[in-house]
Amino acid sequence: MSHLAETIQAPIQTTPAHDSSVKTSTDLHGKVGKTIGTPFVDDPRMTCRDVDVFYGEAQAINKVGIDVGCNEVLAMIGPSGCGKSTFLRCLNRMNDTVASCRVEGEITLDGVDIYHPDIDVVPLRARVGMVFQKPNPFPKSIYDNIAYGPRIHGLTGTKGELDEIVEISLKKAGLWEEVKDRLAEPGTGLSGGQQQRLCIARAIAVGPEVILMDEPCSALDPIATAKVEELIAELRTQYSIVIVTHAMQQAARVSQRTAYFHLGSLVEVGSTKQIFTNPRHHLTEDYITGRFG
Amino acid sequence: MQTGNQDTPFNKEFNKRLKRRYNAERRFKRLGLLAIFIALGFLAFLLSTVISNGYSAFRQTFIQLDIFFEKSYFPNEDLARADYQTIIKSTLREQFPEVTSRQDKQLLYSLVSNGAAFKLMNMVVKNPKLINTRQLVWVPANDDIDMLMKDKIDMSQPESDRRIKDKVFSWVETLASNGRITMKFNTTFFTSGDSREPELAGILGAAKGSFYTLLITLLLSFPIGVAAAIYLEEFAPDNRASAFIEVNINNLAAVPSIIFGLLGLAIFINFWGIPRSTPLVGGLVLTLMTLPTIIIASRASLKSVPPSIREAALGIGASKIQTVFHHVLPLAMPGMLTGTIIGMAQALGETAPLLMIGMVAFIVDIPGSITDPSAVLPVQIYLWADSPERAFTEKTSAAILVLLAFLVVMNAAAVLLRKKFEIKW
Ligand SMILES: Nc1ncnc2c1ncn2[C@@H]1O[C@H](COP(=O)(O)OP(=O)(O)OP(=O)(O)O)[C@@H](O)[C@H]1O
Ligand SMILES: [Mg+2]
Repeated sequence: MSHLAETIQAPIQTTPAHDSSVKTSTDLHGKVGKTIGTPFVDDPRMTCRDVDVFYGEAQAINKVGIDVGCNEVLAMIGPSGCGKSTFLRCLNRMNDTVASCRVEGEITLDGVDIYHPDIDVVPLRARVGMVFQKPNPFPKSIYDNIAYGPRIHGLTGTKGELDEIVEISLKKAGLWEEVKDRLAEPGTGLSGGQQQRLCIARAIAVGPEVILMDEPCSALDPIATAKVEELIAELRTQYSIVIVTHAMQQAARVSQRTAYFHLGSLVEVGSTKQIFTNPRHHLTEDYITGRFG
Repeated sequence: MQTGNQDTPFNKEFNKRLKRRYNAERRFKRLGLLAIFIALGFLAFLLSTVISNGYSAFRQTFIQLDIFFEKSYFPNEDLARADYQTIIKSTLREQFPEVTSRQDKQLLYSLVSNGAAFKLMNMVVKNPKLINTRQLVWVPANDDIDMLMKDKIDMSQPESDRRIKDKVFSWVETLASNGRITMKFNTTFFTSGDSREPELAGILGAAKGSFYTLLITLLLSFPIGVAAAIYLEEFAPDNRASAFIEVNINNLAAVPSIIFGLLGLAIFINFWGIPRSTPLVGGLVLTLMTLPTIIIASRASLKSVPPSIREAALGIGASKIQTVFHHVLPLAMPGMLTGTIIGMAQALGETAPLLMIGMVAFIVDIPGSITDPSAVLPVQIYLWADSPERAFTEKTSAAILVLLAFLVVMNAAAVLLRKKFEIKW
């Protein structure tokens, strides 16, 4: 944070780099100009155009435009407080629960504006699932944790079908072998990593198209983290995944594209490889080389 | 880190401070223990006083009469209207032939309770074959005799100062030597309503009155309170109206309870025309009184449910109402139950507002429904404590014990319910 404050106060010193010609600079207020890189894709699952988010008077997100492609993992990185979580929560309208929060601009899922007044958030959140920073299983049995979603959405008629959904979801989340004999035990009795995979299984169980993950591994140890990362790589074949992370290596390992946020603006989007090896914006470069954030 | 036995200046200073910290901790522990002992002491004192005063009320003196149900006492068809008092009187005269003067006879008749006649009546009405037979019947003794048997009358005082004259005392001794007087478990106390005669007074009327009143209070205040709390906490828009309501609910919790009694008198009785002195109106008034407590406790327990649970439910597409009812409410339930039980305990012991709605009336009949006039336990205690007869003193303490038993049962029920709802994290 202190580094961040410095950048705002002191004039930015452009670091000499490989191709300084494309490096843009921030203006005096720390506002960032147009997003550089490739925010848009040919075959988007979700599109965001000119998204502004306000908490009361304060603007948290400023004119962000980005696409989420099919079957890709999009990583969002940036210094603390830059609005990654805020933006992520716009994608399934979790921000509706914050009274002071106001979202402007257009966000679509499969071409349909999700903020349109006719859109019901309940099915939307089934289609755009979410996994939170802290594992938050329901204080119910492992089985019920998974079965709850399908039940409320009426996805199954019979107990057999429900059993099947539970099994498939747990298998996809790589948790089946560990818990198949203790489905009736409370989900809160699992280890942190298992709980997080349980939460992923819970999100999968309602058949989403997009899964949003907000720092899903920050409460986990390296081994549990590795398991979740492996899982993310597998899930990509079926779902679009947007992941917020503070661990740069994690973004590099799991994602295909990376977006760098700074003070509410989207600074740069590009293929993960390009962002980490050859960032075009000096803010991105400063961040990934650890000069601040 | 350096070890403690090295005598550097730093360590000296550090050890000194450490010692001070431990001392402070010890002092605080002792103070806490002292506070607990004082509280326990008071509780023990209170309980022992009540129990030592009240336990004797659970036993009662009975006198055995050798009664001949002579046919001539039952001149007409209606057996209930026969003059049982006369039967008892003649039996007593028979048993004590030496008593002749009019005054002494009056004293003799006062050995047994007025309730004895009712007992005979019930026997005969139930079984008319008793007529023209001789029966040994145990009838309740008068309250003064009862007090004498319980050693609560000081016979060393001059005769004019005591309620038991020497003659009466000698009769009781005669009865005792013949085995015709004894103490038995006092079923009357648990099976009848109030009475002017201490030996006939029971707690059942008041207990049932309290039960019905609390039932109404619980049935109304729990759902309304919880619903109000859920609405205010989860659904109400964050605006001035909500803030206004919130302030008012908090203020209501601090309003003296007698005000609720006045309100009940004005609205429920005078305006709605609900009959006075009934558990229905009592329950309504106590509902008003307990609602703020329940709402405040329920809101606090809703607030304490971690937001991550709400997010989890919303995140997989549960609607607001599903989130609240499937996930938040079960977690908040134990806290809500605690608040409810505190409110109900208050309501159980509440006297002042009930005085305002006529529940202080002298009511003999045991209420059969929520619209029958009835007393409630605390008011019954108040009434008995106010009665001049010596025998009502022990009834008062016994009634307090019954009230405490009520409380214990309610609390136990709450603990069980809480256990049932509590979810391990
Ligand atoms: N509920 C809220 N009410 C008001 N302001 C908020 C709220 N949530 C977030 N903000 C503000 O919005 C800005 C962005 O917050 P956000 O949580 O999105 O940051 P972030 O990038 O996720 O940070 P981190 O990496 O620390 O999680 C911050 O300035 C924050 O103070
Ligand atoms: Mg965040």
